[in-house]
Amino acid sequence: MSLIFDHVSYTYSIGSGYETKALSDVSLKIGEREFIGIIGHTGSGKSTLVQHMNGLLKATEGKIYYNGEDIYDKDYDLKDLRTQVGMVFQYPEHQLFETSVFEDVKFGPRNQGLDEQEVTLRAYEALTKVKFPEDRFDQSPFDLSGGQKRRAAIAGVLAMKPAILILDEPTAGLDPKGRDEILGMISDMHNTVGNTIVLVSHSMEDVAEYVDRIIVMDEGSVLYDGTPSEVFSHYKKLEEIGLAAPEVTYLMHELADRGIPVDVNATTIEEACESIAAYYGRTGI
Amino acid sequence: MMREITIGQYYPAKSVIHSLDPRVKLFGTLMYIIALFIANSVSGFVFMTIVLSGIIIMSKVPFGYMVKGLKAIVVLLVVAGLFNLFLTPGIPVFTFWKFSISMAGIRGAALMVFRMIYLIIGTSIMSLTTTPNQLTDGLEKSMRPLSAIGVPVHEIAMMMSIALRFIPILTEETDKIMKAQMARGADFDSGGIIRKAKALVPLLVPLFVSAFRRANDLALAMEARCYNGGEGRTKMKPLSYETRDGIAYLIILIAFIGIIAVEIFRKKIGFI
Amino acid sequence: MGIVEAKNLLYEYFKRDDEGKVTGIETAIDHIDLSVEQGQFISILGHNGSGKSTLAKHINALLVPAEGSVTVDGLDTSDTKNHLSVRQIAGMVFQNPDNQIIASVVEEDVAFGPENLGVPTEEIVERVERSLKSVGMWKKRTHSPGRLSGGQKQRVAIAGVMAMEPKCIIFDEPTAMLDPGGRAEVISVAHELNKKKGITVILITHYMEEVVGSDRVFVMDHGKVVMQGTPREIFSQVEELKKYRLGVPQMTLLADELRKKGLPIPAGILTREELLNALCP
Repeated sequence: MSLIFDHVSYTYSIGSGYETKALSDVSLKIGEREFIGIIGHTGSGKSTLVQHMNGLLKATEGKIYYNGEDIYDKDYDLKDLRTQVGMVFQYPEHQLFETSVFEDVKFGPRNQGLDEQEVTLRAYEALTKVKFPEDRFDQSPFDLSGGQKRRAAIAGVLAMKPAILILDEPTAGLDPKGRDEILGMISDMHNTVGNTIVLVSHSMEDVAEYVDRIIVMDEGSVLYDGTPSEVFSHYKKLEEIGLAAPEVTYLMHELADRGIPVDVNATTIEEACESIAAYYGRTGI
Repeated sequence: MMREITIGQYYPAKSVIHSLDPRVKLFGTLMYIIALFIANSVSGFVFMTIVLSGIIIMSKVPFGYMVKGLKAIVVLLVVAGLFNLFLTPGIPVFTFWKFSISMAGIRGAALMVFRMIYLIIGTSIMSLTTTPNQLTDGLEKSMRPLSAIGVPVHEIAMMMSIALRFIPILTEETDKIMKAQMARGADFDSGGIIRKAKALVPLLVPLFVSAFRRANDLALAMEARCYNGGEGRTKMKPLSYETRDGIAYLIILIAFIGIIAVEIFRKKIGFI
Repeated sequence: MGIVEAKNLLYEYFKRDDEGKVTGIETAIDHIDLSVEQGQFISILGHNGSGKSTLAKHINALLVPAEGSVTVDGLDTSDTKNHLSVRQIAGMVFQNPDNQIIASVVEEDVAFGPENLGVPTEEIVERVERSLKSVGMWKKRTHSPGRLSGGQKQRVAIAGVMAMEPKCIIFDEPTAMLDPGGRAEVISVAHELNKKKGITVILITHYMEEVVGSDRVFVMDHGKVVMQGTPREIFSQVEELKKYRLGVPQMTLLADELRKKGLPIPAGILTREELLNALCP
């Protein structure tokens, strides 16, 4: 599985006098079993970028290849691409519409043209994967709590068994425990199923904790693309474009500035804790 | 695609038209619509074109922005045009298979299409140059006499202004839900009418749910800001006529007499 | 007496099934006592469904107590006659920026409150200018709210409340739908209004970082106030907070982890500076 962006640009409302370039000359490759975080402030082009991945938006310049095939080819089946590249939008619970959770989750696989038995199986698997309580399968999706609605909606996309799963701000509006639960579930799924995950997020802390690769978007272009510690080492530049590295990064740099030899590449609390404890364990405060 | 609909969206600019009292604009729009139906000839439409161009130039709203609103009704225009073209009886000037087109048909179709385009552009200038609040203030004040017979004028005006404010929000929302369902394999384009109507369920249910949620939120927010009906309310920008509004009324009347005169004169000398 | 006083407040609602039959009674607010002094900045923390928004609506008289009482500036909210005054004294900013802006032009929206109160025209104009300037949105007064960022929309909503000249503003999860930049904008405006104009602020949130600067924090769970104290007192109880589905600021968490590893770091670290000073004094 591979998804390749080849010099992709996208301009909104061409020819109306209100043209805005939302993406300019983006080239990147997404491979198997990756866990990618896309960060950028509002309007940086990150949502536009991910909507190209499943063909919901069509690039005005450049090409996109999925498994070597040009997705803008006349004969290419975009509907099939959308089941391969699953997309969970921001506040996905706003798309629920069926009379029961179970029926709603079946919507995707049913659109894939699978037989009813397979559809049911897929829906069951997907709801189990998101740890949705089994005794609520038949409840109306409108009677659930916020966190449960979110799970049901994510299951609706998972049921199509996408090879790439894109999640646009999956934790928006949830409380801290809810955030941890959703991110933990996504991470578990990545580890067990092994599908590629693309996580669009505002939260540096979340991204630092879970992903292996970060793509930073700024003004429609890719500013950085690398591991969390590589990307966060540019913390001063990140701040200039209205983003910030995790608090931990700042602390480690400030400690290093005061002459304490800690690992400035630490981006998560565990890493920082290890590094600081290792030093002070030897010297004491 | 839903974003293209510009009808009803205010375009901020500093122009004479923007600064007119909304009641003048309401009156002007009404007279303009009547005039469009009086105009029934090439001469009449030449006159209306001059009037409309004048207003467009004075409004300082880019022409491209207004025309964008037309895209949404292209299909309607084509259908209406074709109906007129083929179904108007008269001496055929052009025939093929079972269809024939008469001179009267061509004339009728052309008038119909022009009338609709002018109608949309003309009325959209009203909403493009008037904020919804001004518009509803204008309506509320012009219709005030009706409240004596129990018409809830203030409530209607408030509802209209809120509806106008939420049109862009709900169109954006429609776009978003549509994309979300397309990402789940929904197909809004293919199939017959029944299949297409069925395909709309996953779009309409979430849209209604969201509209109700927003309505509920908004009602709370209005109550929290001491909204208590129309009684005892004051205005930040109360409507009051200025000299320019008087002049505008005069110009509207002159233009209206103008179109009647053009039509009568044309008929007399038998011009097109 | 404080600006907001809740005594033994109880609020229940009926749970209904599909046919609208009552299936049970839910207690959203369970005998709460709360007292807020004029000029304070207080925060109410709690997970989704803990009852914190229901509590907020009581302070604004959008809901009235089933039992107990709420007074705002001495006015009893149970008395319908007081509702308009209560809402003028204690304004409210809601979560969704789109669903609380009524007008299609920024300044007209800010004028909505004073218009409802029957303030004379000249004074509305002055109030609109003053409020928009106090949140830094004066330059955008003729813009359409649709074209503003989330943080800017919330600042307009705050200006709309300020124009009613309140003594107290309740922020009901004002940042839940914003990006980090927007969140910082809104919180800094709240602090500024509190410091410069002496407005009492009641901030309801589940972002831990936002409550750090408050005078007092209340933690809610199942309709009860389960913890209260200064941010430092609250955040020194990491395990307790986790029990209520809440987290602690990153630096507090790191300090806590380091302490577990045996480093002598004091409890109640809130900011990076404090941790830095604890590590290299």
